[in-house]
Amino acid sequence: MDDIKRIERKKQATLARRHIYTQVKKPETFITSMTEEAREAFFASEKKRIQTNLKKRKIRNGVITGFGIFAAVLISAFALIPIFFTFLNSFMSSEEIVANYKVVFQSMSGHATEGATYMSRMPVLKLIPEEVTISQYTTLLFMNPEYLFKYWNSLLLTLPIVAGQMIVACLASYSFARYRRKRREVLFFSYIILMLMPFQVTLVPNYMIADTLGILNTVWAIILPGIFSTFAIFLLTKYMRQIPSGYIEAATLDGASEWQIFTNIALPLCKNAIFALTILLFIDYWNMVEQPLVLLTDASKQPLSVFLSQINEPELGIAFAASSVYMIPPLLIFFWGEDYLVEGISRSGIK
Amino acid sequence: MDSRIEKNNQISDKGEVTGIRPGSAIAKSDKDPKEVKEVKRAVILSEEERDLAIINRPKPKNVTPLAGQKLTPKDIPVFEDTPERRQKLELRKKRHFKRKLRDWGIFTGYLTPSFAGVLVFFFLPLLMLLKTSFQKSPTNTDFVGFRNYERVLTNEAFISASENTLTFALISVPLAVILALLIALLLNSGLPGKSLFRSFLLNPMMVPVASVVLIWQVFFSYNGVVNGITAQLFEGARKIDWLKSEYAQVVIMLLFLWKNLGYNMVLFLAALNSIPNEILESAAMDGAGPIKRFFSIKLHYLSPTIFFVGIMSLINSFKIFREVYLLTGDYPFDNLYMLQHFMNNKFTQLDYSLLSSGAIVMCIVMIIIVGGLFFAESKFDKDVEE
Repeated sequence: MDDIKRIERKKQATLARRHIYTQVKKPETFITSMTEEAREAFFASEKKRIQTNLKKRKIRNGVITGFGIFAAVLISAFALIPIFFTFLNSFMSSEEIVANYKVVFQSMSGHATEGATYMSRMPVLKLIPEEVTISQYTTLLFMNPEYLFKYWNSLLLTLPIVAGQMIVACLASYSFARYRRKRREVLFFSYIILMLMPFQVTLVPNYMIADTLGILNTVWAIILPGIFSTFAIFLLTKYMRQIPSGYIEAATLDGASEWQIFTNIALPLCKNAIFALTILLFIDYWNMVEQPLVLLTDASKQPLSVFLSQINEPELGIAFAASSVYMIPPLLIFFWGEDYLVEGISRSGIK
Repeated sequence: MDSRIEKNNQISDKGEVTGIRPGSAIAKSDKDPKEVKEVKRAVILSEEERDLAIINRPKPKNVTPLAGQKLTPKDIPVFEDTPERRQKLELRKKRHFKRKLRDWGIFTGYLTPSFAGVLVFFFLPLLMLLKTSFQKSPTNTDFVGFRNYERVLTNEAFISASENTLTFALISVPLAVILALLIALLLNSGLPGKSLFRSFLLNPMMVPVASVVLIWQVFFSYNGVVNGITAQLFEGARKIDWLKSEYAQVVIMLLFLWKNLGYNMVLFLAALNSIPNEILESAAMDGAGPIKRFFSIKLHYLSPTIFFVGIMSLINSFKIFREVYLLTGDYPFDNLYMLQHFMNNKFTQLDYSLLSSGAIVMCIVMIIIVGGLFFAESKFDKDVEE
């Protein structure tokens, strides 16, 4: 007991010495002023109020997300309908297709006068075929080798362009990213301008150059300009400039040569962008129409995209199946690299 | 009681501290407990004294050979202009130059394949264009000055084509940017199934041009689906041939948006994800609503992406010609007649001088636009970094 008293006394003495200890009366608050029962009732009502508020907020959030989902579904339906439309119609027999869409094509150019007679008729937009057949596919794949040849032509054009452009672009963009002097920047700017140029601008001189090089009407007339197109360089340079210079300095200090830095640091860091670009380029060149139309006069060398784009009434039956088959490689490559695409085109993967 | 506590508090050597047994011989012989080592205490000095102490502190000796010695001018080495010295300097200069050259050579080496190809397939054509734009015709190489430019700038087809191209770009590019941003914000607001919607929206990118064209024909031609729907919904609705009316550009814009929104949206989504979350949270704590947060924080972080998306959309707005051409052929309705149509038609008409001067004009306009965009982007980028 003595001990405790002593400690208490000491404490009070210290506090007094420091002028801190003043006794304060606790102020009367709203809650302390109430009686026990009133307090209970008050707490209960508050609880109820908060709960209803929470419920309201939950409902409001639910409604907002509902609207959001509704909008997103609407937009994706807008995006997806054409694809479903093509895919489902590819299972119709060609007679059914012609019966359904003949009207559409008769109203188009060349049939303008006849169109008037069909004014009362409507095209039948059917998503689900009356009877499911794969007759379109069998004619496409087995009956007529022409389509398969064109398919092969498409691959023959697209794959070298994509591979070549990626190799050239990796090298060039490394140069643009590492060596930044004034003249290089000007050159880079001119590359961007070239990237923006529509194909039609340099159509004539391109034609003339292909002629002098003797590659007109061969696949090289398309492959060579494709390889040196500057689109990939623009994107990759933007991406490579984000590599922290510390990485490269560390590598140089450790005695890495330029080539080692390029292959062991720059390329792995830009993996996402490279995959994304591969997908973008593949889709782009898979769908090219104008270049083969102008530079490849020989119909047997033209890719399927040109054939598909010139489809008219007689081949209408096969159009949907051909489109569906033609959609397969881009879809496959897309599903294979979708994550890369999302990460890679964002330009923010390195940091 | 008091005294006992005090006793306990005194540290008496019981062998616990020193590790030596109190009674042992070593402990006795070692030291007297009273003989405490003098502790040098820090003396509080005045400021002047401290400064003086610092100034007069003992100088380190024999650390480096020159430390503490006074240098006379005689001691400082003067490099005389001897032949050896000159040789040395020259060698150093050479080495430096060699190194610079090597650096430049390496990077030029990386650039060479691309540059050679671009020179042949892109720069050379442009130069040829420039040359033919000053000639009467490709075969007749008379220099005609700016007469071709006069011709093309007064050509009605060219003027209307450039007007159409410009209005299309001016309306559709901002629309593509803003709508994509809105969709990205929608998907980013904690919607379930975000990645699913994302892949759905990216899908139109992969549809072959041909099937796009086919579908658009089915929907928008005179006997098309859209007219059928409007006829059923509204009694006595007029049938419109959409691609041959004043709405033609709207239809093409719809196609453009359908095709490019997904890609733009993905770019925006990635940029939105890279905004630091702490800043947004602290802003929300301080009472900033979603709208305020968007305009004050997110927009600031998004500005480089907005420029990037704008440029990509500009490229794609030029590429939409492919679809227009396949939908409507060489001579479409007036407000769809683009610059590319003009060039294509001049190509088939073999009017190269007009084509080349038109192309050069377009090139110059493009350089101005893109240059302005890049200038603005570099300024904005600096803003973001600050």
